[in-house]
Amino acid sequence: MARVLKGIDLAIDYGEMAALLGPSGSGKSTLLTILGTLMRASGGSHEMLGIDLINASEKQRTEFRSRHLGFVFQFHHLLPDLTALENVMMPAASAAGRETSAMRHRAAELLNAVGLADRRDYRPNALSGGQRQRVAVARSLINEPVLVLADEPTGNLDLASADKVMELIRRINEATKTSFLISTHDEHIATQCLRRIELFDGRIAD
Amino acid sequence: MSPYAAKLAFRHLLSHPGQTALLITGVTLGVTVFIFMSALIGGLASLLTLRTVGSIPHIILERPDRDPAILSEAPNVQVITQKDLSRREQIAIWQPAIPIISQTPGVTAFSPQIRGAAFLERGQAIASVGIIGVEPGKLSAMADIDRAIIGGSSSLPPDGILVGSRLAKDLGLVVGQVVRLSSDRGRIRSFRIGGIFELGIASADRQAVYMNFTTARALFDLPTGISRIEIKVEPAIDAPNIAAVLRRSTGLKATAWTEDNAQLFEGLDAQARTGTIIKAFALITIVIGIASAMLLSIIRRQSEIGIMRAMGASKTLVVSIFVLEGTLIGLAGAIAGAALAWLALAPMPPVSEVQSGGLPIDQAQGDFLLAILLTTVAAALASVLPARRASRIDPVEAIGS
Repeated sequence: MARVLKGIDLAIDYGEMAALLGPSGSGKSTLLTILGTLMRASGGSHEMLGIDLINASEKQRTEFRSRHLGFVFQFHHLLPDLTALENVMMPAASAAGRETSAMRHRAAELLNAVGLADRRDYRPNALSGGQRQRVAVARSLINEPVLVLADEPTGNLDLASADKVMELIRRINEATKTSFLISTHDEHIATQCLRRIELFDGRIAD
Repeated sequence: MSPYAAKLAFRHLLSHPGQTALLITGVTLGVTVFIFMSALIGGLASLLTLRTVGSIPHIILERPDRDPAILSEAPNVQVITQKDLSRREQIAIWQPAIPIISQTPGVTAFSPQIRGAAFLERGQAIASVGIIGVEPGKLSAMADIDRAIIGGSSSLPPDGILVGSRLAKDLGLVVGQVVRLSSDRGRIRSFRIGGIFELGIASADRQAVYMNFTTARALFDLPTGISRIEIKVEPAIDAPNIAAVLRRSTGLKATAWTEDNAQLFEGLDAQARTGTIIKAFALITIVIGIASAMLLSIIRRQSEIGIMRAMGASKTLVVSIFVLEGTLIGLAGAIAGAALAWLALAPMPPVSEVQSGGLPIDQAQGDFLLAILLTTVAAALASVLPARRASRIDPVEAIGS
């Protein structure tokens, strides 16, 4: 097995908004995948909120993921059969096994916050690329996560839409103290974050 | 099964109406074939049984074989027994058996009969016939002669007889004609043809001659005894058991129709097995259809499943969604198939009225509920493997793709 990450020592604080930069193959996606508990690190330690995530069972990791983490991907990955509102509710409803009116209320608030209140009943194929990504951002926040991991969230958007999404993320970060770790190639995006973490060949560059 | 799984399953099926309709149509056709085959095989069995047992007695009571008693029990003595075959075959004292027979559960009709062989002569033409002397009102107790009359009437005055259509044709007999009968006891009498019947059974239509019970007594020199008692039972298939009961209670020799019709049973059995195989194939087609459709759906929706798993959906939720989708397709198809089969089979005539050449389809034997149940269960099972595969999708790979 090739070692993708080497000697990473990284702590993210509450309310931080950090950009994760680095060329392709530098290990950005692997780091996000491990932090997102979608993959187990082969060694070292990975703790969050005081919980040892390396030695946790798969079920505990799934629960942790659904309760404390949010995800935004380069492709929006919205469920095509669900409306914008239902997509935002999806992570919460999946965990609870049902949709509740509280979820519906919170999802509507989030859609309002991302400026899509009037698109709540639209399905993804009726939304523009930027709108879909904003729905995806709203979805990442439904469970009130402490950390949102965003993998090239603007990689698929034109400049205007990308700025809108970043502006949205910054506002949410300030308002809710949710931490964001945003992987990107784009210097322009990185400058909008308060902290820069640069990965090079699996190591954090000084 | 969480409400959320149900919502997602329904939503997916409704979001792709064309694909869902195609799948349900496939199941519908499979279920229709299943029910049609059940109704046809069941109807065919009913028809064959009806045709075979409809016109024959189900149990015949006769004088028991009298085995000679062996008096010597000394060892090393060779004993040769020989039945007394020189005595006349008759049930001499039969009246006491009648209340016993009529009170035996399952017995629907019985007919004490005088039977004997005779020659029927018309001028120089001659035919050997079997005489059946029946009590008044018992003419149609075994074969439905009343309904089979094609000329004249079915009443049996002392000097009247009923002959079969083939005999009538062979000898050119018409209603009202006078013929001579000479019995195997040497009695000769003239009779008038009162009616001609056609049962559709060649041997009966050529050889059977019905006459009045009392007249038959005189013709065969049987002043008090009778030849046999014929019995109908319901259901006909229970004849062997009822025959055993009657054997014990009357002391007479009781022969069930099944003893002489073993081939029919083998035929019905083989036919039922063929039907089962065809039905099994219909079910297998449904299972394969649903399983492959679910598998394709899962491959197509890999990234959706991955994203749900990444966002905290449990494996159970993913399995539930896909099993429910398969089950819903199965249930909808099964109900539609049952409805279609019901509508298609409703105009079919009852088996007893099927004309020769027509398909004997018995709607009541269509196994509608069984078809719905089996299909739904099969559809659920067919979705389990694809669903488990879906639940094992690696979110990282799925999202990456």
